[in-house]
Amino acid sequence: MTVETSTWATKKGLAQMLKGGVIMDVVTAEHAKIAEDAGAVAVMALERVPADIRAAGGVARMSDPAMIQSIMDAVTIPVMAKARIGHFVEAQILEALGVDYIDESEVLTPADERNHIDKHAFKVPFVCGCRNLGEALRRINEGAAMMRTKGEAGTGNVVEAVHQLRDVLAEIRRLQGMREDELFVAAKELQAPYEVVKQVAADGRLPVVNFVAGGISTPADAALVMQLGAEGVFVGSGIFKSEDPARMANAIVQATTHFDDPQILADVSRGLGAPMRGIALEQLAESDRLAVRGW
Amino acid sequence: MRIGVLAVQGAFAEHISTLGAIGVEGVEVRLPSDLEDISGLILPGGESTAQRRLIERWGLREPILDLARSGAPLFGTCAGMILLADDIVDGDPTTLPLLDIGVRRNAFGRQLDSFETELSVPMLGDRAIHAVFIRAPIVERVGPGVDVLARLEDGRVVAVRERNVVATAFHPELAGETRFHRLVATMAAEHDDPGEGSGRRHHPTRRTGLAR
Repeated sequence: MTVETSTWATKKGLAQMLKGGVIMDVVTAEHAKIAEDAGAVAVMALERVPADIRAAGGVARMSDPAMIQSIMDAVTIPVMAKARIGHFVEAQILEALGVDYIDESEVLTPADERNHIDKHAFKVPFVCGCRNLGEALRRINEGAAMMRTKGEAGTGNVVEAVHQLRDVLAEIRRLQGMREDELFVAAKELQAPYEVVKQVAADGRLPVVNFVAGGISTPADAALVMQLGAEGVFVGSGIFKSEDPARMANAIVQATTHFDDPQILADVSRGLGAPMRGIALEQLAESDRLAVRGW
Repeated sequence: MRIGVLAVQGAFAEHISTLGAIGVEGVEVRLPSDLEDISGLILPGGESTAQRRLIERWGLREPILDLARSGAPLFGTCAGMILLADDIVDGDPTTLPLLDIGVRRNAFGRQLDSFETELSVPMLGDRAIHAVFIRAPIVERVGPGVDVLARLEDGRVVAVRERNVVATAFHPELAGETRFHRLVATMAAEHDDPGEGSGRRHHPTRRTGLAR
């Protein structure tokens, strides 16, 4: 009886188990417990939520391993942590810690302006951000076992998340309508390998699970992206920058499950207190946009 | 015949497509009303703590227990096995304690320890099962009325059945494996129409009368 660990099926499979769930950004073990008690399927351990990363400015790096470890010790749900784009040594450190998933994230300051991490070289699975189908397929080709659209992290504004998710799904539908000989050109335009493009055209979906991130801050936001076709949501600043994090976390979990039931959405949206304040995207300088990081 | 798949969170779509592959309609179950008119229920993999809270929040616990008491088959994979256990050895609360087993969650460690292997499941025939274990639980205690369906090479128990309730620590639905789903569909068909044929002999549910 052979036993193989860290196979593609186990990497991709963990993301499949997270579907229909909410992954929450947490900065302390106490936050992590609140998230777990609210029904989060995983937590993202980081030193500052994206809204605070924006406010602080400077270079945003991988979090302190001691802080990540304290969160791993506090909860039984999977713990994810972020490495900078292209920073394969931060990823090695996170793998040595034993985190369950690594997010090669545009929320941190990129470490390499040309190359992403070779994710096939790791035993820990990776989730990566994308804005469109080509970006998603390039990341999957590099070994990402889960995708998330980037949205615009730390803004509390769902507009970019909606835009990007619609783009990815519309591009998949476009591929589905193509003749096989047209897929060669499509692959070239998407700057993605032909084999992966062909598979997406045949299946009508990405080869890995696709969540939405970046701007979800109410139960209605979560249900909106779920109705549009997301398989789950990441909520960063939206929970712990709201007035009552435990209630908001719980309400977003309920809304992600019952995304298609307006009566339940109305019930769970009642009396949650103020969501995070948020930023209109027009007020955001081009240089402050995180989603454009990664290529 | 329709078989429900608990769809509060997790890999429910994979079970519905596996049911589709054997010609059975799978139905998403999020609320008690979704349990009407189904002949069996699958509890998919996912995060058991999140699923437990959603089951409790939406009043699914009692109607699922009633469904099991009626003799309809239940099948839990991974998190589903944890939900069905009547003892969780690390102290987590029980949810649908229908199996007289004790399970340990994340028994193999973290994601880095997730694995694939071939398993012998004699009840399902000679061909081995390709089993995917993801942050999987293990059965540490097996009650007297529980049949062990599969063990790892080191003897640890990873699949069990007690009357109309079946559970695996691994994910047949991720490996294109349909035999567990066929078993559940057969149990469900016999629950719907007990008949007089040989099926009765194969299904202790009917014989021992779990239904109260």
